[in-house]
Amino acid sequence: MKSLKTFALGGVHPDENKFSEHAAIEVLPLPKLAIVPLGQNLGASSKPIVKKGDEVKVGQLIAVGEAFISANLHAPVSGKVTKVDDAVDSSGYKRPAVFIDVVDDTWDDNIDRSPEINRNIIMTRPEIIQRIKDCGIVGLGGATFPTHVKLMIPDGKKASHLIINGVECEPYLTSDHRLMLEKGEEILIGIKILMKALDVDKAIIGIENNKADAIRHLQELAADHPNIQVYALKVKYPQGGEKQLIKAAVNREVPSGKLPIEVGCVVSNVGTAFAVYEAVQKNKPLIERVVTVTGKSVRKPSNFMVRIGTPISELIEAAQGLPEDTGKVINGGPMMGKALTSIEAPVTKGSSGILIMKQEESKRQSTKSCIRCSKCTEVCPMGLEPYLLAKTAKLNLLERAEKEKVMDCMECGSCQYTCPSQLPLLDYLRLGKQRVGQLIRTRK
Amino acid sequence: MNEVLIYALVTLAMLGTVLAVILYFVAQKFKVIEDPRIDAVDEALPKANCGGCGYPGCRNFAEVSVKSADEHKNLDGLNCPVGGNDVMKQVAAILGLEVAEKDPMIAVVRCNGSKANSPAKLQYDGPSTCAFAQNLFAGEGGCPHGCLGLGDCVVSCDFDALHMDPETGLPVVNDKCVACGACVKACPRGIIEMRLKGRKDKRIYVCCINEEKGGPAKKNCVVACIGCSKCFKVCPHDAIVMNNNLAYIDDEKCKLCRKCVEECPTNSIHELNFPPRKPKAEPAEAASVKEKSVGAGVETATEAKNNQSEPLA
Repeated sequence: MKSLKTFALGGVHPDENKFSEHAAIEVLPLPKLAIVPLGQNLGASSKPIVKKGDEVKVGQLIAVGEAFISANLHAPVSGKVTKVDDAVDSSGYKRPAVFIDVVDDTWDDNIDRSPEINRNIIMTRPEIIQRIKDCGIVGLGGATFPTHVKLMIPDGKKASHLIINGVECEPYLTSDHRLMLEKGEEILIGIKILMKALDVDKAIIGIENNKADAIRHLQELAADHPNIQVYALKVKYPQGGEKQLIKAAVNREVPSGKLPIEVGCVVSNVGTAFAVYEAVQKNKPLIERVVTVTGKSVRKPSNFMVRIGTPISELIEAAQGLPEDTGKVINGGPMMGKALTSIEAPVTKGSSGILIMKQEESKRQSTKSCIRCSKCTEVCPMGLEPYLLAKTAKLNLLERAEKEKVMDCMECGSCQYTCPSQLPLLDYLRLGKQRVGQLIRTRK
Repeated sequence: MNEVLIYALVTLAMLGTVLAVILYFVAQKFKVIEDPRIDAVDEALPKANCGGCGYPGCRNFAEVSVKSADEHKNLDGLNCPVGGNDVMKQVAAILGLEVAEKDPMIAVVRCNGSKANSPAKLQYDGPSTCAFAQNLFAGEGGCPHGCLGLGDCVVSCDFDALHMDPETGLPVVNDKCVACGACVKACPRGIIEMRLKGRKDKRIYVCCINEEKGGPAKKNCVVACIGCSKCFKVCPHDAIVMNNNLAYIDDEKCKLCRKCVEECPTNSIHELNFPPRKPKAEPAEAASVKEKSVGAGVETATEAKNNQSEPLA
């Protein structure tokens, strides 16, 4: 058998623990109060256009993205705006948000809520991009980069491939997997819309081989679309990284510090493709997403279709509550996610999963000295030397860190996962990235 | 055999002489004439190389001082905080100038969110550096402005003047502090401030930098400044400014009258090195609380004081 495609450098294979892969997506009941943070996307925060006391319908625009890299926000629920004020986010810091008291579930009249699948793509390229912008679609893989900006290809560049990311390489998470199984046809239409918007004639869906049912399902659906190919990829973390996926799918390498368009590729998540379908064909803004709630001791690992702004505590309640031995609740997967400081923080456009870790597995083990085994260098998918970068960050040797390409680190955490001395390599890399980023900005 | 030895010796001697002559002329030609005053000033400096003056090392400070003396005939803007007035006087004497006396400064930690005052709501077990924790989360106590207690300031101090108090989890400044300012730069939250040392080491300052409104601020910490403006109103010297729900005492204007300390409902204004107050006709409880903070070494008026739980003003 021909060996499966994958990326070349590094990578690890943590335990998959996909407990919720057979749990069909359930629609979560509406929350009583929705807290919609204004800074949900990469780039500038949105500017609120509603005020205290306003009545809003589901899908109504409540904040506009004015900067080049920013996105619109829509009311995920219908009701009354109680305040536009600071809310404690998942890190414990206060960030501005719109608070909406839920009254009922009245939708904006322009949204097509019929269950039929609309297969005719009648919009033109600029219309599609404008609609995606209006509907506030951002990349749902986790980086939350505004999709309309990604589709506006800079002059002089040309995309040859659209790569759809169905890899879901993070352990535990299954939201993309379920979406591919349940909304496969819509995703394919979304891909065709994206292809039209980018003016490309080739699309590749990359899925890791541990989701055989999703691969089969999409291959069957894509059989009558010769332009769309479904690739089964070897299971290896972090294949879902943009640059890794491009390497795996089309064997091209994105140069350091450059975007995928440099090698003629645009990468989008399957969730984004689905959101694009809903926006373009149904005029439905991005107001809900699939979130996995999982963990070793969670009674009912589930996948929920959740409105943005729902408190995370309600999702945990729907998965039959917080287990007694909970040590940490993580927003995202175990490799890249961040621990929540409070479960009252809301679901945002970038939340793909809630992972509940047991007390004993959540504790960090005591660290020992670096033994120069070079395992971190071996597994780094970007070809960096994490032990060195961590040291330079610790000693504040920023020029050296920059020279050693600390900014290429994508914070996948493979180094820290593999370190036999349990050194907090990723933490120091993040610190180094932040400081070097500041240094670069001050030069401008 | 002997001949070989003699040839070698003679050749080497000749080579040595020729090169020595060349080197002599080269050294004359490219002679660097350094002002001897730089060496003299450098000699007078404390050689801590701490960077507290704003220049990289004492030698550079000496060079800049001499340059300033030549060009501007003064030493304005130049100050060695470590040496203080004595050293600056010596430097000025070497350069034949006068220098104005500067009031000595000291680092002040403006947070009293100790383990008792701002109890931990969660546990952090990541790397112990404030710079990283600051990016990650608001802090164990939940205050987004408060001390993270991981000791970046202690690491930055070259003078052994800062230590973590294990009981409160806050840094404590001792009298070794030379006001070099390294800790001010190291603190990612800007909690440490350089303030005037004050007459007889007496100081009054607002021990909080939380800019939140009263309610949220007090939710995380019982000794937070709630921005009630009571101190602002009571101050007879206009030394207090209110900004973003936070009081700030201007150390140059403050006359150390202590009226604000009595007025503060959350005890977030600290007084240091004052003699004990005479018990007045005040409520006994409040008086006893104040006595605790009196004469508490050089820094931090200890903790506690959380026995007051009156409603917000």
